Amino acid sequence: MAIRWGSYKIKGLYDELIRVAGKPRYGSAPLCQYLRDLSDKEIEEYKSAAEMAIGVMGITFTVYSEEEGSIDRAWPFDIIPRVIPKSDWDKVEAGLKQRVIALNRFIDDIYHDQNIVKDGVFPASLLENSVNFRKQCVGIDPPGGIWAHICGSDLVRDKDGTIYVLEDNLRVPSGVSYMLENRQVMKRVFPDLFENQNIMPVDDYPSKLYDMLATLSPRAIEQPEIVVMTPGIYNSAYFEHAYLAQQMGAELVEGHDLVVLDDNCVYMRTVDGLSRVDVIYRRIDDMFIDPEVFDKSSQLGVTGLIRAWKAGNVALANAPGAGVADDKVVYSYVPDIIRYYLNEEPKIDNVPTYRCFIPEEKKYVLEHIAELVVKPANESGGYGMLIGPHATIKERENFKKLIKKDPRNYVAQPMVTISTAPTLVNNRVEPRHLDLRPFILSSPDDDVYVTTGGLTRVALRKGSIVVNSSQGGGSKDTWIVDDGGH
Amino acid sequence: MLSRVAENIYWMARYIERAENTARIIMVNTHLLLDMPKGEQLGWKPIIQILDCQQPFLECYDDFTGRNVLKYLISDPDSQNSILFALQMARENARTIRDIIPREAWEHINDLYQIAKRNAISGYSKKGRYDYLKQVILGAQTMTGLLAGSMLHDIGYDFLRMGRNLERAEMTTRIIDVRSANLLPEHDGLTPFGNIQWMSVLKSLTAYQMYRRTYQVRIRRPDVLKFLLKDKKFPRSFFHALLEVKHCLLNLPRNEEAIILLNDVGKKVLRADQAILKQIELHRFIDALQLGTANLHNAITRIYFQ
Repeated sequence: MAIRWGSYKIKGLYDELIRVAGKPRYGSAPLCQYLRDLSDKEIEEYKSAAEMAIGVMGITFTVYSEEEGSIDRAWPFDIIPRVIPKSDWDKVEAGLKQRVIALNRFIDDIYHDQNIVKDGVFPASLLENSVNFRKQCVGIDPPGGIWAHICGSDLVRDKDGTIYVLEDNLRVPSGVSYMLENRQVMKRVFPDLFENQNIMPVDDYPSKLYDMLATLSPRAIEQPEIVVMTPGIYNSAYFEHAYLAQQMGAELVEGHDLVVLDDNCVYMRTVDGLSRVDVIYRRIDDMFIDPEVFDKSSQLGVTGLIRAWKAGNVALANAPGAGVADDKVVYSYVPDIIRYYLNEEPKIDNVPTYRCFIPEEKKYVLEHIAELVVKPANESGGYGMLIGPHATIKERENFKKLIKKDPRNYVAQPMVTISTAPTLVNNRVEPRHLDLRPFILSSPDDDVYVTTGGLTRVALRKGSIVVNSSQGGGSKDTWIVDDGGH
Repeated sequence: MLSRVAENIYWMARYIERAENTARIIMVNTHLLLDMPKGEQLGWKPIIQILDCQQPFLECYDDFTGRNVLKYLISDPDSQNSILFALQMARENARTIRDIIPREAWEHINDLYQIAKRNAISGYSKKGRYDYLKQVILGAQTMTGLLAGSMLHDIGYDFLRMGRNLERAEMTTRIIDVRSANLLPEHDGLTPFGNIQWMSVLKSLTAYQMYRRTYQVRIRRPDVLKFLLKDKKFPRSFFHALLEVKHCLLNLPRNEEAIILLNDVGKKVLRADQAILKQIELHRFIDALQLGTANLHNAITRIYFQ
């Protein structure tokens, strides 16, 4: 037998599948038993079957490298799933809904009366120095006051089992297609596991996304024209853009496919001539969306798009400006934001965060940098951060300088020893750290939908806690297993 | 349908067809060379001429040896005339229209490209070549079948068929042009080797068997040319490809100009009886046909893609 749970070492870690050496957690027992009974040969076969499925399905992501330009890499995938009992998940889901509802209220307030600032809960200075606050969006009323229609929140679990939100991605969160594809691969490779267990399906996401987008249409027509707007095939998430368009039956457009005419409506160029567009699910950053309003040199955007949006002739999801709440300094205020707008206590906690723009907190960060993880406020993809305990003295000193130069742009958090799950390494299981990104959809009619689980990203390098695919991360299928309300 | 998408479908189809045709030409030439007498040095140069790529070829290689030509036409990374380049372009075009073509079709072209890339070296060797080329040809045909069987037969499919058939029509004219120029001067009594060469022309277009069924006579130049240029029922004849394009155009909006251009070429090829007999006239005539298909391509590009 290839997988011996007795010799799987999780001392000092929280493992998602194994409670203590040799003993699976509630809900993981059937899976662990199944894996234990596999021979070396079977594991090898399943692994290559999964690799083959990924190759044939063309699941890729794009990485930029100076030597090779942009290249497609096969999506690194581990065949051992991560299991979450449904009773646990229900609590997380409720917490995420609460969070996203509050965040949307916050964004809408920020672009209107800014009551939260007036009431002294949120400092005005943060807005003035916010990279993602768009003054051009002040006073605009997107349908239902919803700005972040699609949110991807990253969850981690600490040593003691507590689940925290690590960050919220409110601009153009990606990864949902991999969540869907991972499940497809698993079903192809392990059909028997799905027959014998109550694994909740994930496949309804594209239709939920479509329904949500349709509710945004400015024209009350049966079939509004919904398009997915991509920067093009060299974008790292292009696979996902094409995938979602295909799954929704929507056109996948690039900037030069669209044009805004004098009537302030958006049209796409088709073989029949021009055709009106109602809803744009844009997967392109605010800054490049309209050279008339934002980055003037953008080749990716559509001139006049913001004009059309302001006139209410087209819906944009996510709304430009929604990224103001993406900021990691703003993140540290989310518990207060929840209390302020909803008058409730947060159901999921934040990781404690030190804000360098506050002098006392900055002092603490500079003194304790060796224990902390320092992050820039507005980077994504795991770029530009310092993991204090793993860094060299020189790297730490360098970050101290950066913090002193631009304190507003940095936050620091205690190092969370994020949880692990068994991962195949040379046909044996070893613990690898992972996180979870669920996706939350918000419609103007107050309907909030959370994916069943989400995308589990795993750091494939031993001991690493960086899960981003651009930096040696992979992924696993995520199972919400219905345990009948254990 | 988005203009850009229509264009990508069109080019995907062209490149798939191009990969298949290139594989067929190499395959037939391989067989032909085995049958030719030792003294005759037909070699591989005509293949480069058929594909109209002497100049880029000579930028990469000094002479037309089999190995050079095969490398150039199968997988040379500097070559834009290789099977691998065509498959890669087909795949890139398919990638941008993954929301339009059925998933199986994308998986297939992706797979085909990867296999062709991985095994390219076996295409250079005499032993592995047949299997390699066969795989490419069958792979391209599978793609055609997959799309015919599972893609919506809407105007996107019309663009697909137009791309395939225009590519086919052009390749047919090129094969006729180069192959006939290389044949010995025409007289009634064909030498056995002349016969073999006309057979190879037919075989390059998988037309041999169908020619036999249609004509039931020995292989004669006028009949071969008539069959390849004017036959209405043979799918690789020039005229048949043109008719296919016409059927597609009739489904499209704003088609007037393109149809006029197409009818002009059609009339030209049908009136061709006299011209096809003499070699020099044939060459001029083929030039005119190629100009006609190029104009048609440009019109389609201008009307629908821009």
